[in-house]
Amino acid sequence: MAGKRSIDPGEAVGVLAAQSIGEPGTQMTMRTFHYAGVAEQVPTGLPRLIEIVDMRRSPKKPTMDIYLTKQYSKDEESARRMAEEIEEINLSKIAEIRENFAKKEIEIIPSQQSMKEQGVTIGEITKKIKKVASGSIREEGNLIILKPKTTLLRSVRRATNKLKSLHVKGINGISRVVVLKGDGEYFLRTGGSNFEEVLKWDGVDSGRTYTNNIKEIEKVLGIEAARNAIIREANQVLAMQKLDVDVRHIMLLADAMTMDGSLKPVGRHGLSGEKVSILARAAFEETIKHLITAAVKADEDKLLGVTENVIVGQEVPVGTGTVKLMMKLGKK
Amino acid sequence: MEKTKHKTAVYLNGRLLGFHENGGKLVDSLREKRRTGIINKQVNFAHFPREKSLYINTDSGRARRPYIIVENGKSKLTSEIVEKLGKKEVTWEYFVSNGIIEYLDAEEEENAYVATREEELTEEHTHLEIDPVSIVGVTVAQLPFPEYNSSPRITMACAMSKQSLGLYASNFNLRMDSRAHIMYYPQAPLVQSRPYRTLKFSKRPAGQNFVVAVATYYGYNMGDGVVMNRNSVDRALARSAFYKTYETEERRYPGGQKDKFEIPQPTVAGYREEAMYSKLGEDGIIFPEAEVKARDVLVGKTSPPRFLEEVSGFGIAEEKKRENSAVVKEGEEGFVDSILLTESPSGNKLVKVKVRSVKVPEPGDKFASRHGQKGVIGLLANQEDMPFSEQGVVPDLIINPHAIPSRMTAGHILEMLGGKAACMNGKTMDATAFNGDKEESFSKILENYGFKKNGEERLYDGISGEAINAEIFIGVVYYQKLHHLVSNKMHVRSRGPVQLLTHQPTEGRAREGGLRFGEMERDCLIGHGASMLLKERMLEESDKTTELVCAKCGSVAVTDYIRNKSYCPLCSESNELYAIEISYAFKLLLDEIKAIGVFPRIILKDKA
Repeated sequence: MAGKRSIDPGEAVGVLAAQSIGEPGTQMTMRTFHYAGVAEQVPTGLPRLIEIVDMRRSPKKPTMDIYLTKQYSKDEESARRMAEEIEEINLSKIAEIRENFAKKEIEIIPSQQSMKEQGVTIGEITKKIKKVASGSIREEGNLIILKPKTTLLRSVRRATNKLKSLHVKGINGISRVVVLKGDGEYFLRTGGSNFEEVLKWDGVDSGRTYTNNIKEIEKVLGIEAARNAIIREANQVLAMQKLDVDVRHIMLLADAMTMDGSLKPVGRHGLSGEKVSILARAAFEETIKHLITAAVKADEDKLLGVTENVIVGQEVPVGTGTVKLMMKLGKK
Repeated sequence: MEKTKHKTAVYLNGRLLGFHENGGKLVDSLREKRRTGIINKQVNFAHFPREKSLYINTDSGRARRPYIIVENGKSKLTSEIVEKLGKKEVTWEYFVSNGIIEYLDAEEEENAYVATREEELTEEHTHLEIDPVSIVGVTVAQLPFPEYNSSPRITMACAMSKQSLGLYASNFNLRMDSRAHIMYYPQAPLVQSRPYRTLKFSKRPAGQNFVVAVATYYGYNMGDGVVMNRNSVDRALARSAFYKTYETEERRYPGGQKDKFEIPQPTVAGYREEAMYSKLGEDGIIFPEAEVKARDVLVGKTSPPRFLEEVSGFGIAEEKKRENSAVVKEGEEGFVDSILLTESPSGNKLVKVKVRSVKVPEPGDKFASRHGQKGVIGLLANQEDMPFSEQGVVPDLIINPHAIPSRMTAGHILEMLGGKAACMNGKTMDATAFNGDKEESFSKILENYGFKKNGEERLYDGISGEAINAEIFIGVVYYQKLHHLVSNKMHVRSRGPVQLLTHQPTEGRAREGGLRFGEMERDCLIGHGASMLLKERMLEESDKTTELVCAKCGSVAVTDYIRNKSYCPLCSESNELYAIEISYAFKLLLDEIKAIGVFPRIILKDKA
């Protein structure tokens, strides 16, 4: 059965995949962007598809779906508590930071209310500040005063900026957490992603927790997981627009992006830029760069690909071009 | 600072003048003064209470337009004044200087609350439109019944009305436009708007009233095709003349050389056949009303050679001249209409030759009504084969019913009805936006003349003579012939010129070029695995060349044509050359790589 569905040798699967994903992509641009939903500010449609294929460092809007172990997922209250714990709190969120340029000091005034909400004490905050800031620190009642060592105004400003983003509590990079209900349990959806730390967190069901940051998946779970993530993400984008693209095209794309064990974008810095053929690379982008390096290394183009053969004017090695006729000459 | 916080800032032409206690009161009094003539009429005031600023604008370049002033919900334009106007006792000037009408600019408009009709007036209104049409621009105002159409179609109708052929200038005979179209018998539309009359557009009409039936005709009007009556076309329906002006100049070159208008001698470089020059007069210029075809010479001209030649054996012999005549372009023909001999701005002798050709409608020509309903002729049907009505009326045009519902051009339908009514009672119908004649009045007229009030008629199939089952909607619509004529666009090539540099086919109709087989088309052939077909397209039908390659060093061989011998430029005489078929573009690439100091080798292998 499976044999009947296999592809013929010489079929140009790459072109087929590219066209099969690309053509619906042209229709996508026109009807995308504003989709109503809960925390759905994550890019969908063509922008997201480009993001996946280009494999940038991190997506524009990274997001996670954090599933919880049974003891937390049952009721909203405990899920909410988890959410509060996980959400990253930095100093500027719970305290007012004032620069006193006259005294060259920085005054940190934590709000009593938000400290209570987050369950942190002044002592803890001071400890955290000590770790990052150099200079003398003293507590004056509800006030923490930091006097940086240097007296330069600029370094005072630098120290305040550092303090503003000082991590107080929660998981780094998780800026917003919403509790959602689905399938009879509560789970968390976040803005920002930190896959590694979240998986380590107590009460998180690490088996089901998911991030849309494919690079992170590759780092934490390995290349196969990344391949699956590419397929899943791309498929989801296309399915959302009700575009019917065969998964195998997307699988081929994911395979190509992950085939050598690392994540590679499609394009100049990845797949196309690493083609064996000099002519094919030169025809794509940065022509001169490729020609010069080829000249310096005395490279040889074996003319095994499609583009090269179009350039020199030979049959391309796909389809009917894969077939060669051989003849045994009779003995003379 | 604190003092001015609650005061209104007053700006004159964008520059701060000062502050005022009560901005609202100030504008009111300023406007009052303008209406009574104390302040110049051209000054505009805009007050923004939220921003606490008041702008006075007196500078030039503001677009302004008139409104009727409204006070306490009452229009200042009373019936008595209108009566006076009817008797021509008052003029426009009277309205403006007596506070009945004032001009607002874009900024003051922000403060106005304008009613479109007098009936709509409330206490809050400040102004009244002189006529509701004025809310649309000049182009839309020319269209009939725009308020019945969907806005995208109005946009398209406006765009297309600018492409229509008609009588663009009454002195077209004297003009030497580089290209011009003149319609043979343009008509004033039967259904027209008031702005159309105001502009006296019917003095320069651009269309004709067609009898239009909404029906199908053997698939020849599918997908915005239209079927046209051949006999109507023979009666000069939508016929037009196309004028094209060719220009050439006796130029002077550095070194005292110059061009010459003459019949070139056969010795001239690039001499054409003698027949090509046969229509020229002694002065090398063609005669009016001469019939010309593509590549015929209009003005014979010889130019000095492009490069200075060596002095030949007989001293300074006669210079080799170059043929540089003005020639009728590929795919064009006609009659020489007129010839103009003048002087160019640089003082050279200049000839302009205007060539005229008749353009009879043919399949592929584009037509459009004034409702964004465009179509291309799919068939010129013989009159006897077309449907006819009880009175024997045969339509000029059959449009497809599918063109109507999705586009929502009800105005087109209404124009058909109005046009039909206009035909019957001999008066043009008014189709001014928002205030045009109504469907009921058309229906009434039609009923008076014995037609059905909805415009439908029983039609009979011209081929079988049988009555068509459904009643067919038939009416009269003003149709425009657009300047997209097939005869000016048609282009085919099976073989033809190639570019000098790449040996690939030229591009574009003017150069008799090929159609580009682009990257995406290439991908398609690859996707189908059609390797051989791809090679044929990219090589065989394009820039295939045979080159000799040295098997030893991989360089392309050079050929010495004097000794008729090819050899490798590196390995010289040790001949091991093989012929390969490559694209010329690739050979060019190799040459260019060599030019930057890199040596590309071609490594030869036996074809497996």
